[in-house]
Amino acid sequence: MIAFHVDRAGSVPAYAQLVQQVREALRLGLLHPGDKLPTVREVVTSCAVNAATVLKAYRELELSGLVEARQGAGTYVSGTLGGSADPAAMDELRGRLRSWVGDARHAGLEDDDMRALVTSVLAEPPGELSAEQRAARAETERTTQTTQGRPSAGPR
Amino acid sequence: MTEVAFETQNLGKRYRKLWALKDFSVALPANKVIALVGANGAGKSTLMSIAAGILPPTEGEVRVGGRVVLLSQDKPLYRSFSVADMLNFGRHLNTVWDQPRALSWLSRFDIPLDRPCGKLSGGQQTQVAMAVALGARPSLLLLDEPLANLDPVARREVTGELLGEVADSDLTVVLSTHVVAELAGVGDHLLLLRGGRGALDGDVEELLSQHTRLVGPRADQPPVDGQVVQSQHTARQSTFLVRTLLGPETPVAAPWQAQPVTLEDLVLGYLRTGNAEGEL
Repeated sequence: MIAFHVDRAGSVPAYAQLVQQVREALRLGLLHPGDKLPTVREVVTSCAVNAATVLKAYRELELSGLVEARQGAGTYVSGTLGGSADPAAMDELRGRLRSWVGDARHAGLEDDDMRALVTSVLAEPPGELSAEQRAARAETERTTQTTQGRPSAGPR
Repeated sequence: MTEVAFETQNLGKRYRKLWALKDFSVALPANKVIALVGANGAGKSTLMSIAAGILPPTEGEVRVGGRVVLLSQDKPLYRSFSVADMLNFGRHLNTVWDQPRALSWLSRFDIPLDRPCGKLSGGQQTQVAMAVALGARPSLLLLDEPLANLDPVARREVTGELLGEVADSDLTVVLSTHVVAELAGVGDHLLLLRGGRGALDGDVEELLSQHTRLVGPRADQPPVDGQVVQSQHTARQSTFLVRTLLGPETPVAAPWQAQPVTLEDLVLGYLRTGNAEGEL
């Protein structure tokens, strides 16, 4: 069972915080399909938010296919996030991110600078991949295939 | 869903020469938490007292559906009465009385029933007053800053339990407070009073989706049409709080940015504007 908390100081609306916390718990594997979410009443009293806020969050999660409301029985997790990606590909991405973070620290960036950079890149329109990126991606796919079955690269 | 808990028409209240409330018309939705905000002297307590029927209006009309209970900051407790006596007192004073509801509230907060009210802490006294108020099974509960003397943890717990009561029944709560930051996610509906008049009234989610903060280079006017609630300028930058149909989704040309606002931003924006027109 997940325990929600609502931070009133930030600018993120309360319902969006609840949605984020479920998504994060799914990504981190703290919630699995079949798990029950707290009842609306439980979230209302524990977080001191109104019922409409909780209902809005649960409805949004339902629309994105992550949970399902079972009539009279509560809300249950029905989907997964991130976990669907190939574990080898995840390891590979993680390794490259780790070396990228190393380079960024070397260049004098602080953690917040990196977060800002990632956010700004994520906000860019997807657009076409450059020839270089396509080549890099093809290369990655080849290596992922050839390294399958072998332990993936660990931390440097 | 659109049932009305409390309605006024051209309501006015005058104390000698001063109008504490003037031309005030509102219809508040039932089974919601209504956040009532305004500066000192804006008319919040006057409005609540009129709604509770303990203060006659000078002009206009009020309609309330069902029983009303008003709980103000000075709690109506007898110091020598035990907590159990207070509940008895409540039972005799009210035509409808829900003893289990009052008891369950007290047990949730571990209030000893045999202790005289005068020997309880300020926070515990608040809980007894709340229990008596809820025991009267109001359909409209008016809370005039009653949580002011609770510590932050207790405030959160009481607010949570109160919202639970709203979720479980057809109770409507009007919550007046100065602590605007604590209202996020609590209030369904916002009613903002300024100088005895309604300055803003609406569903919180709707209001938030209709307001945006526009930040950009120094300008006298925001780059979009809409009601300017508040504007701030520095030598190089201008910030506008604007009411527009699309709110933070309003398309603006770079370098302008349309940002979402919080309930606190909204309330402070409207409270700081002394002379805005286009009132509701």
